[in-house]
Amino acid sequence: MLQSWLVILLSFGYIGLLFAIAWHADQRAGGARSLISHPMVYSLSLAVYATAWTFYGSVGRAAHDGVGFLPIYIGPTLMVLLGWFVLRKMIRVAKVARITSLADFVASRYGKSALVGALVTVIAVIGILPYISLQLKAVASSFQILLQYPEVVVPQKAASLPFLDVTAFYVAMFMALFAIAFGTRHLDVGERHEGLVAAIAFESLVKLVAFVAVGVYVTFVLYAGPGDIFGRAAAQPGLSRLMKPFAAEGALANWVWMTVLSMFAILFLPRQFQVAVIENVDERHVKTAVWAFPLYMLAINVFVLPIALGGLLAFPQGVDPDSFVLTLPMAHHSEAITLLVFVGGISAATGMVIVETVALSTMVCNHLVLPLVLRLRRDGRAISGDYTRFLLTVRRGAIVAILLLGYFYFVAAGEAYALVSIGLISFAAVAQLAPAFLLGLYWKGGTRNGAVAALATGFAIWLYTLLLPAFARSGWSGMQLVANGPFGIELLKPTALFGLAGLDPITHAMIWSMIGNLAAYLGVSLAGRPGAVELAQANLFVDVFRQAGERPPSWRSTTSAAALQSLLGRFLGEARAAELLRAYALARGHKSTQGLVPGADLLHFAELQLAGTIGAASAHAMVATVAQEEPLDIDQVMTIIDEASHVLAYSRELEDKQRELESATTSLKAANEQLKELDRLKDDFISTVTHELRTPLTSIRAFSEILHDNPDLDPADRQRFLALVIKESERLTRLINQVLDLAKLESGLAEWHTAELDLREIVCDAVSATSQIFKTRGVSIDAQLPDRTPRILADRDRVMQVMLNLLSNAVKFCAEGRGRVRVRLAEEPGALRVEVEDNGIGIDPEHQALIFEKFRQVGDTLTDKPAGTGLGLAICREIVARLGGRLWVRSRPGEGSVFSFTVPLRVAAAARPAPATAQDA
Amino acid sequence: MSARVLIAEDEPSIVASLDFLMRQCGFETLSVRDGGAAIACLEEFRPDLVLLDVMLPVKSGFEVCRFIRGNERLAATRVLILTAKGAPSDEARSRGAGADDYLAKPFATRELVARARALLGRRT
Repeated sequence: MLQSWLVILLSFGYIGLLFAIAWHADQRAGGARSLISHPMVYSLSLAVYATAWTFYGSVGRAAHDGVGFLPIYIGPTLMVLLGWFVLRKMIRVAKVARITSLADFVASRYGKSALVGALVTVIAVIGILPYISLQLKAVASSFQILLQYPEVVVPQKAASLPFLDVTAFYVAMFMALFAIAFGTRHLDVGERHEGLVAAIAFESLVKLVAFVAVGVYVTFVLYAGPGDIFGRAAAQPGLSRLMKPFAAEGALANWVWMTVLSMFAILFLPRQFQVAVIENVDERHVKTAVWAFPLYMLAINVFVLPIALGGLLAFPQGVDPDSFVLTLPMAHHSEAITLLVFVGGISAATGMVIVETVALSTMVCNHLVLPLVLRLRRDGRAISGDYTRFLLTVRRGAIVAILLLGYFYFVAAGEAYALVSIGLISFAAVAQLAPAFLLGLYWKGGTRNGAVAALATGFAIWLYTLLLPAFARSGWSGMQLVANGPFGIELLKPTALFGLAGLDPITHAMIWSMIGNLAAYLGVSLAGRPGAVELAQANLFVDVFRQAGERPPSWRSTTSAAALQSLLGRFLGEARAAELLRAYALARGHKSTQGLVPGADLLHFAELQLAGTIGAASAHAMVATVAQEEPLDIDQVMTIIDEASHVLAYSRELEDKQRELESATTSLKAANEQLKELDRLKDDFISTVTHELRTPLTSIRAFSEILHDNPDLDPADRQRFLALVIKESERLTRLINQVLDLAKLESGLAEWHTAELDLREIVCDAVSATSQIFKTRGVSIDAQLPDRTPRILADRDRVMQVMLNLLSNAVKFCAEGRGRVRVRLAEEPGALRVEVEDNGIGIDPEHQALIFEKFRQVGDTLTDKPAGTGLGLAICREIVARLGGRLWVRSRPGEGSVFSFTVPLRVAAAARPAPATAQDA
Repeated sequence: MSARVLIAEDEPSIVASLDFLMRQCGFETLSVRDGGAAIACLEEFRPDLVLLDVMLPVKSGFEVCRFIRGNERLAATRVLILTAKGAPSDEARSRGAGADDYLAKPFATRELVARARALLGRRT
């Protein structure tokens, strides 16, 4: 009989050894001789996959349906062998983004979403509880069985429950202590757990040695080799079927789903993610794991079937096959092997529980508790106090709470299932993370909302089709519901949803939850568009191997280095924060942190450091509390848009905004230029008008004074001078009138007396009015008019003014005696056109646009300066524009010019400036 | 020998008044209507005084003035600039271009005559 004190002493001795290894590894951590820098340690730590479920449960499962236990190990083997590139990508992403946990990974991918992080955490914690309860059950039972040594008395379910419960409770509490001691010893919570990894690798070794030892013992000592066992089993009808795969109905579907489930499990169980991704120190270790891990899986499974068959052959009914590994050596009084198996079992269970709870506690702390605390403190921007203690306390509390919940699950539902079935419920839960995780890693189109929908849908179906029936089966509640469906609706029966019956519960649950999960993910993702942060993160994740260096900083605000140091200090410790910032400053060529420029880079650095401890979502929120957001100016918006268009081709919305902004900027600039130009023109106009007014005034004054001072002036001179005074006075009057006229026209204050007019009549009148000047200068004029034209709506005096101006211009620039002017009136679509053609000096092409501007006379090169104010054509153009028409010139220097203008037929009425002033003359 | 006055002005009526005033003083006059013509006749006419409008076609009054100041043989020529703009900057520009005097239009005929005489009196 083994004394219980001996068993307990052995257990604690073994745990002590683990501590020693962990302590030793921590001492050497980071150094060149770091224990975990060996790739084999990484491969062994992956074998934390093999838990008490493997250690005890595989044999149990094999005793029930033969090789049916295998898919659970084929899946991970396939994943590591063929899917190593996925693992490598996960590791790279986690390193670049400083991921702290499984939940952090998924939350980061979907725009650092706090909601996604919380959802993954809830799924992981609730999903893993059955799995943890499984470990408690296994260790408690093995302890119970061992205490009966050498009697093989398997604790009967109902009878021994209270006692087993008590044992399981102690086991749970001791495990919590181990986990706290291993996983949360240090204040710098964000660091890797090198000691823990070393201890886990050692445990993997121990459980393998123990299992192989008992395998060899059973196969070669109790029996004469595998041939002997299989031979005997084949002779028994009840056992021979175990050696044939796919014998049972639906076994193939079951195999496929088990394989898929366990493929996901090796990646998405929180503890697997912890050892495979978070604790990975070197990506190249994956290469070793590709062969070493499958080898481990093979080694630990080789003896499963022999032990199962050996147990079935050796024991009558009544011994739980889950305990064969322990009870077979016990029955043969092999004390050493028995104790070795017990230690192996403890190894398998503690390894799993410690890593799982450490990983889960990080997630609970960073994604459930911390966001809640941040939300409660939202009022005060400053987060005060030292948070390192707080974080550790939360994590330790979470470990105890998770183990307690695991214990309660064990009490509530654990007894009704074999070890393997309990574990598979957990596998099915974490498999719900697979679509959001894997598709998110390779497809940028997945959105935060898609992920939330997928996780929620998958998890809900899992709760309904697996967890609920599990509780019901334990006689808790809802048996009615499980048996008959809610409200007696058969189609909604949790174990045969929509009539899908005849499958085992796991396959059934997986089919529905994966359909729902995937449909929700793809549907919601494709229906919506990812936000800016989401897309940046999607790019980071999907294109992680294409990115050189770090992420582009996403901060556009500044804060002082001191404020950031104080923030970092609260979560990482004062000394560590100071050290980090000093290193950052040194790396940028500053002597101290004083020289640091507060800016996006610095904020980004601080966010990364915080992310390593409290996860990306919380880190982003924390840094935002100290970052002083600055209002964006146009330049910054342009820079942002520029950056955005470089990195992202996503944002149609942004591009639209950019276009709007650009066009707004352009039109503002143009308007501003136009105003400046108008202002300048006004100044020029006033200056020019002043000059033009002074010129006639100068002559008038000069001659007046001459006449005044010389009363005895020669009468001929006197007459000549008086004529000049009169002429210049007229010029002055004309100029003043035209300036006022133009000002009125331009301001829209001119009065228009609109009436129906016959344009032919006006043209004729204008020609006859100017005939005297033409005659004087010896210039011929002829008019070509159609028989009739449609009448127009216009102001007769204004049209006349234009005609007279054009005619006097034409005669002015014609050579005396040889000049010839032609006037034409013609109808064109929608308008009448008047042309005044001369054979005068013509206008240089470069001057053709200028002549319509005020005071631009292009007669300066002539010996005779043309008489005129320089306002005539400007006024004409203004009038024609008001009539809704157009005035332009075609000309060749030396050949003559053609001035044309149009008067529209339809819109002539609309061209009236204001109805109030529109009266018939 | 009477003093020679060159009138460079593009407004015919102003030319007529200036011409009358200068002749009344007994000066010999020549009128040109643009800056180019003014420069062209300088060497031959060798004026003692130039009545120079600023806003001249072809070459401005300032250009003509600078030409005169740049020519050693015209060192004795006095320049009186007449401008219709009346901006304070015009006087400064006139001085800058080397003009001897400056008068804004419209001017008092007596003042013009007095200034012309003064400039020609200093000539010796």
